[in-house]
Amino acid sequence: MLSLERATVRFGGRAVLDAVDLTVAEHEVVCVLGPSGSGKSTLLRTVAGLQPLDAGRVLLDGRDQTGVPAHRREVGLMFQDHQLFPQRDVAGNVAFGPRIRGASRGEQRARVAELLELVGLPGAGRRSVAALSGGEQQRVALARALAPRPRLLMLDEPLGQLDRSLRERLVVELRELFGRLGTTVLAVTHDQGEAFALADRVVVMRDGRIAQQGTPSEVWQRPADAFVARFLGFDNVVEATVAGDAADTPWGKLPVPAGSPQGTRPVLVRPAGVRLVAPGEGLRCTVAARTFKGTHVAVRLRPEGDAPPLEAACVLRDAPEAGERVGVEFDGADVVVLG
Amino acid sequence: MDLARTEVAARRRAGAARLGLVAGPVAFFAVFFAYPVAAIVARGLKDGDGWHLGRITEVAASADVRHVLWFTTWQALASTALTLLIALPAAYVFARLDFPGKQVLRAVVTVPFVLPTVVVGTAFLALVGRGGLLDDLWGVRLDTTVWAILLAHVFFNYAVVVRTVGGLWAQLDPRQEEAARMLGASPFRAWRRVTLPALAPAVAAAALMVFLFTFTSFGVVQILGGPTFATLEVEIYRQTSQLFDLGTAAVLTLVQFAAVAAILAVHAATVRRRETALRLVDAAATARRPRGGGQWALLGGVLLTVPVLILLPLAVLVQRSFGDGGFGYYRALTREDGGTFLVPPIDAVGTSLTYALAATGIAVLIGGLAAAALARRDAGRLVRGFDALLMLPLGVSAVTVGFGFLIALDEPPLDLRSSWVLVPLAQALVGVPFVVRTMLPVLRAVDGRLREAAAVLGASPWRVWREVDLPLVRRALLVAAGFAFAVSLGEFGATVFIARPDNPTLPVAVARLLGRPGDMNYGQAMALSTILMIVCAVALLVLERLRTDRSGEF
Repeated sequence: MLSLERATVRFGGRAVLDAVDLTVAEHEVVCVLGPSGSGKSTLLRTVAGLQPLDAGRVLLDGRDQTGVPAHRREVGLMFQDHQLFPQRDVAGNVAFGPRIRGASRGEQRARVAELLELVGLPGAGRRSVAALSGGEQQRVALARALAPRPRLLMLDEPLGQLDRSLRERLVVELRELFGRLGTTVLAVTHDQGEAFALADRVVVMRDGRIAQQGTPSEVWQRPADAFVARFLGFDNVVEATVAGDAADTPWGKLPVPAGSPQGTRPVLVRPAGVRLVAPGEGLRCTVAARTFKGTHVAVRLRPEGDAPPLEAACVLRDAPEAGERVGVEFDGADVVVLG
Repeated sequence: MDLARTEVAARRRAGAARLGLVAGPVAFFAVFFAYPVAAIVARGLKDGDGWHLGRITEVAASADVRHVLWFTTWQALASTALTLLIALPAAYVFARLDFPGKQVLRAVVTVPFVLPTVVVGTAFLALVGRGGLLDDLWGVRLDTTVWAILLAHVFFNYAVVVRTVGGLWAQLDPRQEEAARMLGASPFRAWRRVTLPALAPAVAAAALMVFLFTFTSFGVVQILGGPTFATLEVEIYRQTSQLFDLGTAAVLTLVQFAAVAAILAVHAATVRRRETALRLVDAAATARRPRGGGQWALLGGVLLTVPVLILLPLAVLVQRSFGDGGFGYYRALTREDGGTFLVPPIDAVGTSLTYALAATGIAVLIGGLAAAALARRDAGRLVRGFDALLMLPLGVSAVTVGFGFLIALDEPPLDLRSSWVLVPLAQALVGVPFVVRTMLPVLRAVDGRLREAAAVLGASPWRVWREVDLPLVRRALLVAAGFAFAVSLGEFGATVFIARPDNPTLPVAVARLLGRPGDMNYGQAMALSTILMIVCAVALLVLERLRTDRSGEF
């Protein structure tokens, strides 16, 4: 459906997109995840035809889009802050695409009604866009982007400005909606929760390059490198020497899963794999801080010597107080040798 | 690589589009501004055997010219200082205080700015001149002193300061001052440390505009200055039309040109500073009911100043136009008097309106194209330089432009001397800067991503302009047209040269009537000025209703 071949964009000598290869299959929902400045919005803009490529090309349905202006690409783009047309009402916004493409008034009206129903705002057509709440604006923007039946729908930080509970509800709605409509979607976000909830496939970007791609669980289970691991929120990452079933780290010898790559590489220990035991056993640590996280308590540990701090997850009942001395052992199943 | 070449071609097309937008305004200014001005300067400094650049130093060194230059400068400085002194408190009152009748009062203070200078001069003549109100009451006459000129300049430019400074002031977030208060600053200290620095560029920009307008003042000084006081512009007029000394006039034009270019350069720099780095909020949310003696005193001061400074001169003008209480002077306007004009003076109303409408059309077209080119985010340095050039007609001697039209546009391929379109063309030159200044901030404020949103939804570039830009700038376009109309209607310096004797515009007719002795002519001038004032005031009131964005420059 969509493929980028060595797509490159430079701003003043700096490559914002650096020879990116990416494909999106029909009916697939792909989410590009990355910190701000990683080039993910630029990626969307090149596909939409709003940003010319310096090298490489974009293909839609196998056709090279070089030189095709934005208004002839038939892709939809939902902007970060929606960009609803302020001088038009809700119906005017949703009908914009069909109208430009020459739909009759009747067709426009039917399409507006259908889409407002779909996004859960039936009968809102006459309302002014200025009077809409953030969540409603987001729905109207989605309806507007879907109205001309784009072959590819792109979302730029679709839920970025909404508050947390609304975001969590909408992400489920979107997922369900795209599944029902069979829409091909390319979304970008900096929020891993959003990406994992929305996507069939996640693409992690860093400095204009793709750092890793895979299904949400693949990426979560096996981050490709230290950057991806840290971006996903894992802090227990150290350099280690892996030999056989053990890794030599500043925290001592850690068991690693069988078949892990060998040699000097970063190693990740998931907080769940850091087990607290009686003081005197295993690695000696002092509890630096504890943070209540709802389902568990994140415990920050300072090991003796100059090893980097560790984070452990434990249930509230077992969580030690700050200042307590504890021992630490490691569970090999939660240790990941990174690339 | 092929692909890269297509992209380059796309960029080149964008460049060509930009060039296309700029080409029209550039050609217009080249033919109807640069060429006539250059022609008349050349006429003054050149004769059969070459250039006489020695004339420049010779004239510039003469005592008379130095005297005129000195007077022009100091009266402009004094006018600017006086205007700031009186108008800055008003800017505060309009920005931060909420009181009944504020909208009406705001419209009232703006009236003078769109009034033709000739009307302003006439109104002050009726107030402080021979046989004026003060003369009648207490035997006080100011028209022989410089005070009449200074007061008229304050009257005229009050709105510039109130609008430019007050507009920004109203949009400054009051919470910034509150933050300073929470950090321990007294109210005055908070104002001085937080608000004043934010306002300073706007104050500077307003002061420069006032200085520019008063430095090039013509109509007001022509009427109130008598034989004693002359600005450069008045002197250029005298040298050109009465002494036929084109050489001196050319040198004076160059002197004024240099001064104005310097002022505009400083203005451009302050405006650029203003555009950056300020957090603005909705103006409607920052005004409060006055509290405490200080605020009530300021409000009282403004409520007193406006009637005395602005309404009184206009009221006296209207009163004088009725002479002994009848419509005699107005009736006289409809009679053919054969002397001053070849037509009844009242015909000037129709002529003026026709010319002003044509000039507005030209100004909106040229100014709109220029603003569209300047607003593009990819506008290069050359285009931005053009922005500053567009302001030049505001400062270059209108008299020179007018006379330049006469001598430059009188032969093929451009023989317009006998064409009526000459007047609207000259008037449009002064209107264009206003159109650009009004449209540009609005066009720049249109979020580029709105256009992108439309493009992604399938709208071609032309469709994007029609569907996104036009609805958003329609209001600004109307406001710009209104300004251009008012300015064209009141244009005097250039029109006085090129309006044909049988087709005078209102300001020209007023000036001619004033130039003749006798109560009848004086009264008719007052009556005609009143008509002109009403036309301008109506145009302004329509504008006030349309105007929403008050952070523009005028």
